[in-house]
Amino acid sequence: MTEPASAYPTTAAAGPESRRTLAILVDNEPGVLARVVGLFSARGYNIESLTVAETDARAHRSRITIVTRGAGPVIDQIKAQLGRIVPVRKVVDVTLEPAGLERELALLKIRSSGQERVEALRVAEIFRARAIDTTRESFIFEVTGASGKIDAFIDLMIPLGLIEVSRTGVLSIQRGAEGA
Amino acid sequence: MTTMDILCEAPVAPAHASPAPEMLSGAAMVVRALQENGIDTLFGYPGGAVLPIYDALYAAPGLRHILVRHEQGAGHAAEGYARSTGGVGVALVTSGPGATNIVTPLADALLDSVPIVVLSGQVPSRLIGTDAFQECDTVGITRSCTKHNVLVRHVDDLAIALHEAFALARSGRPGPVLVDIPKDVQNAIGRYIPLEEARPLLRPNCQPVPGPRMDSISRAVEMLRAATRPILYTGGGIINSGDRASALLREFAAETGFPVTSTLLGLGAYPASGPAWLGMVGMHGSVEANRAMHDCDVMLALGARFDDRVTGRLDGFSPRSRKIHVDIDPSSINKNVPVEIGIVADVGATLEALLKAWRVAAKSGRPAADLAPWRAQIERWAAPGSFRYRQSGTVIKPQYAIERLFAAARGRETYITTEVGQHQMWAAQLYGFEAPRRFMTSGGLGTMGYGLPAAIGVQAAHPDALVVDIAGEASVQMTMQEMSCAVQYGLPVKIFILNNEWMGMVRQWQQLLHGERYSQSWSAALPDFVKMAEAFGCLGLRATDPAELDAKIAEMIHDPRPVLFDCRVSKAENCYPMIPSGAAHDEMLLAPDDTDECENRGAKLANPAISEAGRSLV
Repeated sequence: MTEPASAYPTTAAAGPESRRTLAILVDNEPGVLARVVGLFSARGYNIESLTVAETDARAHRSRITIVTRGAGPVIDQIKAQLGRIVPVRKVVDVTLEPAGLERELALLKIRSSGQERVEALRVAEIFRARAIDTTRESFIFEVTGASGKIDAFIDLMIPLGLIEVSRTGVLSIQRGAEGA
Repeated sequence: MTTMDILCEAPVAPAHASPAPEMLSGAAMVVRALQENGIDTLFGYPGGAVLPIYDALYAAPGLRHILVRHEQGAGHAAEGYARSTGGVGVALVTSGPGATNIVTPLADALLDSVPIVVLSGQVPSRLIGTDAFQECDTVGITRSCTKHNVLVRHVDDLAIALHEAFALARSGRPGPVLVDIPKDVQNAIGRYIPLEEARPLLRPNCQPVPGPRMDSISRAVEMLRAATRPILYTGGGIINSGDRASALLREFAAETGFPVTSTLLGLGAYPASGPAWLGMVGMHGSVEANRAMHDCDVMLALGARFDDRVTGRLDGFSPRSRKIHVDIDPSSINKNVPVEIGIVADVGATLEALLKAWRVAAKSGRPAADLAPWRAQIERWAAPGSFRYRQSGTVIKPQYAIERLFAAARGRETYITTEVGQHQMWAAQLYGFEAPRRFMTSGGLGTMGYGLPAAIGVQAAHPDALVVDIAGEASVQMTMQEMSCAVQYGLPVKIFILNNEWMGMVRQWQQLLHGERYSQSWSAALPDFVKMAEAFGCLGLRATDPAELDAKIAEMIHDPRPVLFDCRVSKAENCYPMIPSGAAHDEMLLAPDDTDECENRGAKLANPAISEAGRSLV
């Protein structure tokens, strides 16, 4: 057993890690994203995915969705620390389990010919991906779905001439009639 | 629902007929906002990007500006002002170096929860981002060392930003707020929004924190009444909550009979002469406080944050206790130490609720547990005396100097500030603080150079009080240019230097952890402090013999000028007890029985009990 890197280990009772998706509703003002991201880097929390856009222009509200990973107490600490940021209005845990809905959008550029080109179109159909641009030697596909589906689609496209991927990162919203 | 869901939507401004809007320049808005927010004193240093504000201050009634000699001094003076009054301290600095020089006080105020507002000038809007003269990204640089900061881009946003800054600085867990104001915004004319009109527009973090949940209070009281080895672990939150919280703490301790310990920043909330007082807890705390923390069965943490200087090794920290933590900042709960009951509320309101519930339970329920055996145990721990030293011979012991200062200042309204190091710990151990807001020290950040400018801020707020900066000769040199400021404003601060010619705490650690290899901790050249005092226009005093100490201290106290007191103390004295980094509360190093023989040569400890792992820790 090696000595922990931190002088004062806090992980003794931390428990198993899990992947959490947090929706952070913020005032859309300069620097707000830097505050949120700076908090994660300063305190050593993970960011697996980050998306941000204004969602209510009238109220100047933006929604930041962050996928992070940590033990229960660490996640609680992240939420509490986010709550200290003045332009943060609300932090909601919209993790897939039990009630979150997650979607990502990806754009994939495939460059191939012959049998591979046909195969790429077939796979795209199975994944309900749309071809939104085409040349004689390439396609650009648009695909939406949970991150796992996007991952699977990308994996299948690699041997079929995948040369570029652009992903939005995770968007999440909770099921049911309640708003965040 | 998570705890964060309680952050609600922004309140909507009430629609009411407002009188004709008041049109002011940005600089005039600054003055007006200071006045409306009850500020009468600010500390600052002018420069190109704040000249319009300085111009507005020139004729401003009811606002006193104190010109420091370096912007760091302005920040710490504002901290001293804030902590000794319970109000908000204000500093005004220019762009670029003015702003970067105040980064240290901002970080200091953030870690110690001190409400200050820093107003910084910025280059004109059209020059931002062009690497203009004296431009820096002030909000970028200070984002992680402020509670909040903002660059005001339009004059119409300025009034709200200023009101919000004051509200944020003092609300919830207090802290530093910076408002960066470009020069063109200072000159532009816009609509001033008065404080009353702005209040409903301020965001949720500015609003008061709700009181404690009653179910938590009853669970806590149930646990406390069953405790056979309870302890109250109090912190700076009690002082920040206001004097009423200190009064309630005293009442609660008297009613329950629970022993009380405190963090460095909480000293004075419970009086050092009180019957329940155990002394300070932590790395250089008393044996009885640390043993009682370690062995207690119920710990009630009140406005304290389980800092590493307090807890030592976390897996050895109070391993058998059930813990209740009261803090106004939700992120403090379960951050370092998991607790059974977390109460997010103002500690004063919580103490009031606890006291009420305790009284109800005392009337109707079973009697509380018998604490006599616990008190007897604590007395056994306390018996040898944690802070013992022997004053003998012709060399002044630093502990003796502090005890004599304490004796001489008794009966006066006294405020103590410190720098950082051994002298700070000796002051905390040996100076008996009886009231809140009387001890200003840099706890979290550990800022050498804090004490002198902080003392200036304290003295500005309390012109008739005795204000002493207990200093080390190394720390004080970091900000001693502020003596000039003290002289300019007739602020008779007393700088009481425990001069051992070493960076004493560094030397102590090198002795204990680095095989007596005293790398760069010796000041081979020091100024003649007496002559320097005279050069600044202060009184300089020097004491080298214990026999002359009392008379010199009396002279220092009675002189109406700022005084620099060069108290020559023994060079090899170490600060004990000490919990080495990486150790637990029951693994304290105690003072060797007689350190005199080690005088002036590195003392070899009887028990240099510091593990390899401990050496790598700070």
